[in-house]
Amino acid sequence: MKPARDVGIVGYGAYVPRYRLPATEVSRVWTGGYGGVPVQEKSVPGLDEDTVTMSIEAARNALARGGIAADRLGAVWVGSESHPYAVKPTSTIVAEALGATPEVSAADWEFACKAGTEALQAAIAYVGSGMVDYALAVGMDTAQGRPGDALEYTTAAGGAAYIVGSADQSVARLEASYSFVTDTPDFFRRAHQHYPEHGGRFTGEPAYFKHTVSAVQALLDELGYGPKDFAAAVFHQPNTKFPQRVAKMLGFSEDQIRTGLLSPHVGNTYAGSSLLGLTAVLDEARPGDRVLLASFGSGAGSDAFSFVVTDLIAERQGLAPSTQSYVARRKPIDYALYARYRKKLIMH
Amino acid sequence: MRDVYVVGIGQTEAGEHWDRSLRDLGVDAMLAALQDAGVERADALYVGNMLAGELAAQAHLGTLLADWSGLGNIEAARVEAADASGAAALRMGYLAVASGALDLVLVCGVEKMTDADEESADQAWSYGMDGEYEASQGLSVPAVAGLLMRRYMHEFGVQREAFAPFAVNAHCNGVNNPCAMFRRPISVDAYIGSGMIADPVGMFDVAPLCDGAAAVLLCPGDRADELAAKPVHVRASAVATDRLALHSRADPLSLRAAYMSSQMAYAQAGVGPADIGLFELHDSFSVMAALSLEACGFAQPGHGTDLALDGEIGLRGRIPISTMGGLKARGHPIGATGIYQIVELVKQLRGEAGANQVECSLGMAQSLGGSGATAITHILEA
Repeated sequence: MKPARDVGIVGYGAYVPRYRLPATEVSRVWTGGYGGVPVQEKSVPGLDEDTVTMSIEAARNALARGGIAADRLGAVWVGSESHPYAVKPTSTIVAEALGATPEVSAADWEFACKAGTEALQAAIAYVGSGMVDYALAVGMDTAQGRPGDALEYTTAAGGAAYIVGSADQSVARLEASYSFVTDTPDFFRRAHQHYPEHGGRFTGEPAYFKHTVSAVQALLDELGYGPKDFAAAVFHQPNTKFPQRVAKMLGFSEDQIRTGLLSPHVGNTYAGSSLLGLTAVLDEARPGDRVLLASFGSGAGSDAFSFVVTDLIAERQGLAPSTQSYVARRKPIDYALYARYRKKLIMH
Repeated sequence: MRDVYVVGIGQTEAGEHWDRSLRDLGVDAMLAALQDAGVERADALYVGNMLAGELAAQAHLGTLLADWSGLGNIEAARVEAADASGAAALRMGYLAVASGALDLVLVCGVEKMTDADEESADQAWSYGMDGEYEASQGLSVPAVAGLLMRRYMHEFGVQREAFAPFAVNAHCNGVNNPCAMFRRPISVDAYIGSGMIADPVGMFDVAPLCDGAAAVLLCPGDRADELAAKPVHVRASAVATDRLALHSRADPLSLRAAYMSSQMAYAQAGVGPADIGLFELHDSFSVMAALSLEACGFAQPGHGTDLALDGEIGLRGRIPISTMGGLKARGHPIGATGIYQIVELVKQLRGEAGANQVECSLGMAQSLGGSGATAITHILEA
């Protein structure tokens, strides 16, 4: 899919909270230290952080790199599975905090871990159609893991913001995108539930792998490219093994995914996951690099994008904190503090 | 009693069937078996299955599968004996034909474990133990195997590594079975380094629960040549039971039901262990494989592992086991397993086992329920 006029990423910004819960802490509490762990540690938001606050900081980083005033934004769209309200958009709070209101479109997006890339698809279309000059798409989450569940090792917080604008102003121009979606209930949460449910091994082959491979293969076929045409590839990263395995299945090498693979150190930031991996890649990218982005959202679907980095990247990378600086800014905590910060302690 | 023959076989791949339901799998195996025999009808259907009620809210499987496969108003029933359900269904089918009551009897084993999450599936598997005295006290199926394996190692002075050949052999044979769940070899090092499930039972000591269906068509002797180019004769069919709970058994390391069932089978067939060319045993756990070999007279107590270490369980060994992967590599779709064993044994006896072919004319299959409380043994002849 390509919009009517050429668009690209004009600005990008990451955010990861500073607290870290080592996976060994989770196994210390739940398995007596027995068994392997799917990541080294995961990021934990502080008591005063949520999807709103984190989106604002990431968006400010994107505006700094884009060099545009917030009131030029024609849309502010936040994708998450942890919007603070079921009704009352995260996006309006973010838009107002940035200074983008009132002449702006705003709405919240949801598609599990690909809510942010759905917003990105729409931002591409909004700008590409000529309706607006700039659109902000954010993927951000403060994911909640059920205590004692396997996913508790990885449910993390963080994400990234992208300002889409005209290709000639971008640090990475869009070549094409593709979306592959089916009704596959591998992981879900009803409105009244605090924690989601998941189908165990059903989340693997019929969900993550089927949709990611289908979306990427279709995009590559449409563009006539193979894995070797890409300098880097970023996949949705719910743990360490899935993105490594899907990369191998599609023919991408470990080198190609290395820079964009952050889950071992921050965990699964859900709607932020693949978008955060992309900011890490853009932080180190060089003009001419072709980059693949492939998200996955339970429910289920995958959005795939091909970007080519432009000459403008070098002067823009340093205009906001790098992704790695957020990853390195870490304060380890224990399970007790984590339980408090994530509001798992019931005060009777 | 009439002679009974296997004249048709069918099986689905064993594994994770996300896109196919319990009835899809059952019908596929049943129709394949009917087609193999070149017939479109049967007089009766017996279905072996353990957990459809618990995991899929579906009982009444005999009638469901007869209905769903278009077999009309035939006699049908589900048979259950925990992990030996498939073999128990075969036993019922065998008796129906041998007694003269019915002629063409279809037997299908089917299980769909992936309809439930892993925790629920493991819990349901434990329904094969004594619910009040074992399962409710926190014992899981792997935990019981852990107790047995620990006791075996203690009493016979055997190290964990001695059990490695069971897994290595099974996986090696699984490579050449297109219907096996696991088709890659594993090394002794991988076995030794594997994580624990229920110490000392490690990841490679336990067969994977999975989905699958297998079916066989039985007929009396006077119709065997009409229906199959190579009909396989059921020389023996014998069932024995033991105290259900492990702690009730006189000697937990002696599978009394397996011993009695195999002794009865040998007597029926007029043979002994030395005449058996291959043994599809119940390797749900590597310790059960060792104990099965001992109970059935292929090794002395405590020396089942020696047989494995000496290479005698391999395809060219004295008593090949798990020749198409066994429960360990082909998979353990619980209620279907007993029929998979028969299908694989029939393929061997027909000479259709490909790269895994064992040259023999007499083979044995044994299915165990729970921790060996039920043992169902069949001896088949080419």
